[in-house]
Amino acid sequence: MWNSLRTDAPAGLAAGVTAYRAGNGDLVHAYVARPEGPGPYPGVVLVHHLPGWDELYREFARRFADHGYTAICPDLYCRTGHGEPDDVAAAARAAGGASDDLVVEDLVAARDWLRALPTANGRVGVFGTCSGGRHALLAASKAGGFDAVADLWGGGVVAAPDELSPQRPVSVLDYTAGLDAPLLGLFGDQDKSPTPELVDRHEEELRKHGKEYEFHRYPDAGHGFFYYHRAAYRAESAMDGWQKVFDFFGRHLSTGS
Amino acid sequence: MCTNISETLPAEGAAKGGAGWFAVTAANVGFDHAVGSRFDHALLLDFVDPARGPSARVAVELDLETGRALVAALQSVIEAAERSGAPVRAS
Repeated sequence: MWNSLRTDAPAGLAAGVTAYRAGNGDLVHAYVARPEGPGPYPGVVLVHHLPGWDELYREFARRFADHGYTAICPDLYCRTGHGEPDDVAAAARAAGGASDDLVVEDLVAARDWLRALPTANGRVGVFGTCSGGRHALLAASKAGGFDAVADLWGGGVVAAPDELSPQRPVSVLDYTAGLDAPLLGLFGDQDKSPTPELVDRHEEELRKHGKEYEFHRYPDAGHGFFYYHRAAYRAESAMDGWQKVFDFFGRHLSTGS
Repeated sequence: MCTNISETLPAEGAAKGGAGWFAVTAANVGFDHAVGSRFDHALLLDFVDPARGPSARVAVELDLETGRALVAALQSVIEAAERSGAPVRAS
């Protein structure tokens, strides 16, 4: 939980950019943050949002490491080129966005990279916001093999046919039967994508398939309410949301050792 | 929300970015998450040269009202330019 640290704990962490063998066999950059010490630590794959592999997600990675997780955040736009995050994101957007299939491969490879660490406890979650929430859920539903998934205001999970594209050819809803991990969803009631009605529709499908999930909805928030650098930030909802994330991952990713 | 609304058109011209002038070979027009403005979502207008990498980009974020006014002004100036008979390319 926030500020629940021990003032006499060492709290060291290491963080930086590495490269790992991702989808298609490509070498892809990833930002990794890990607690110091032998572990064992659970892992979290962080799926960056549409605005890119940015400073915010590096902060997210370090936050997870502060809380005892080894976090890896792959650069899903790595193949697009390099520059400042917004320039790279703009180039990726112009190209139609990251391909679902390749993103899933990248996330699965990141999951396996975490599990192979000598400090790993063997359990790995996947967390994403915005387009990353959708990608996290897609990976956990289509590929499977994650131990927990957190979808924060992922738009396009319930997609109409006219919202599909070559890069995003599927409605993630259609893969609900394949979801093999407990799901946490955080949503703002003022969001336009997903709207509360679309979240309801997603919930119906999860219930229909008997999936383990918990959704939390925030009446005073819209899309992206964790983003303290944007007008969408809602401090109270964001702090509650972070608590929900750490509660959820703590329950599903810890091994008690 | 991630709208994924984006169109790309080939372009011919030049733009001045942080590193000076560069040749523009494409223009991207979108409507999605804003980065530099305080809007939630904005019209995203990028003049780019993809061959030079993602940094060869001059970016503008506008609200829809400004976008509409810009379209009208562009149309008006293009019509005036055509009436003037001034050449675009040196003969």
